Amino acid sequence: MRAGQVVKGVRFRDHRVVGDVMELAARYRDEGADELVFYDITASPEGRSVDREWVRRVARVLDIPFCVAGGIRCVADAEEILNAGAEKISINSPALATPSLIDSLSARFGSQCVVVGVDSQLTEHGYRAYQFTGDPQRTREAGRDVLEWVGEAQRRGAGEIVLNCMGSDGMRRGYDVEQLRKVREICQVPLVASGGAGAVEHFSAVFTQAGVDAALAAGVFHCGAIVIRDLKRQLHDAGIEVRP
Amino acid sequence: MEAVIIDSGGANLASLQYACERLGARTHVTTEARMITSAARVILPGVGAAADAMQRLRQSGIAAVLPALTQPVLGICLGMQLLFRRSEEGPTDCLGVLPDGVRRLRAQPGRPVPHMGWNQLCALHEDPLLEGIAPHDYVYFVHSYAAPVSSDTLATAHYGEPLSAIVRRRNFWGTQFHPERSAATGARLLANFLRLG
Repeated sequence: MRAGQVVKGVRFRDHRVVGDVMELAARYRDEGADELVFYDITASPEGRSVDREWVRRVARVLDIPFCVAGGIRCVADAEEILNAGAEKISINSPALATPSLIDSLSARFGSQCVVVGVDSQLTEHGYRAYQFTGDPQRTREAGRDVLEWVGEAQRRGAGEIVLNCMGSDGMRRGYDVEQLRKVREICQVPLVASGGAGAVEHFSAVFTQAGVDAALAAGVFHCGAIVIRDLKRQLHDAGIEVRP
Repeated sequence: MEAVIIDSGGANLASLQYACERLGARTHVTTEARMITSAARVILPGVGAAADAMQRLRQSGIAAVLPALTQPVLGICLGMQLLFRRSEEGPTDCLGVLPDGVRRLRAQPGRPVPHMGWNQLCALHEDPLLEGIAPHDYVYFVHSYAAPVSSDTLATAHYGEPLSAIVRRRNFWGTQFHPERSAATGARLLANFLRLG
């Protein structure tokens, strides 16, 4: 999201507006989405946090869980967003800057509220975590190995890990199964795959081959290339348990 | 349709209020024991830790009056766990409306904890709260502690082991899942509750 509109980029660049937040929220609710995630992508790079007013508006219309991310830097930021009706808050850049934020949030709200998002990219030094990925000018390597960071985030109380594989984001060539499988091995909390969904087979592959608990997608749903109901029917036919 | 929602200190009462609003019900959020004793229906929600929530309920005097209520009471998630005698989370003594103890879920391969996600309801008993709800309907869970299956269980769910998804004793009902975030099935359960009494 950017300025009240839903946007989508390719490999975290060149974001284009794809629709209105409220319209898309209602559409995905009706199509059978199991959870919605809202990333205010410029909040951290701009040094602000998510606007509470749209969180409240979204909470009024949604009867499924939703998670909010964007520049949540302290317990008070998180409390306002949870009080506005979000189920979970997701932290990424602020957690890399101040890892003890994960401890404070899980102590106050319980680890089930605290999602740690990890923007990961393969480099010559292995998988590395990135910060400020909402703004290509400010994106930077955070000095952390992804597997070590996921381990530390869990020890500090993260209740869920969303792994955004930057190399496959927006490419629609499939999730990064290899990387997700490595993270799965060390991840005892729910693991959500993100980045690269382009076809129904990509979803079934990430569930059966990487053992993730959930798969997140944006672009293919926004443009209508995959309809959630059809996707779920096909996953069910492939023997993967889904809510109809 | 009216209900009083107990503010036990955890965040996120808004999603429950909005869910009641969508059903046309009026809700009041309170920490006052006398508002609760005179309410038509009482909802005890809860996000947070059991020991912390129990301490707040004792301080506000609610812990003393709640087990004696005679109007319909619905505990949700932690709110359901607080209806039991004791919780391993803390550990802490709870309200004691239901006799069993609440236990921690242990992480196993293929069973991450916290348990977060949509699971099916099984082994449903007939009850006014479950009218229009069918076995295998999906509801949304977020929890790290659970109550064992007992004679007070109205429906179970399976997450590595069977657990109580819905319980009832007398005028006290509890759901381990979040009806306010469980799409049409959750809305139906809340609507059923708001018509009880």
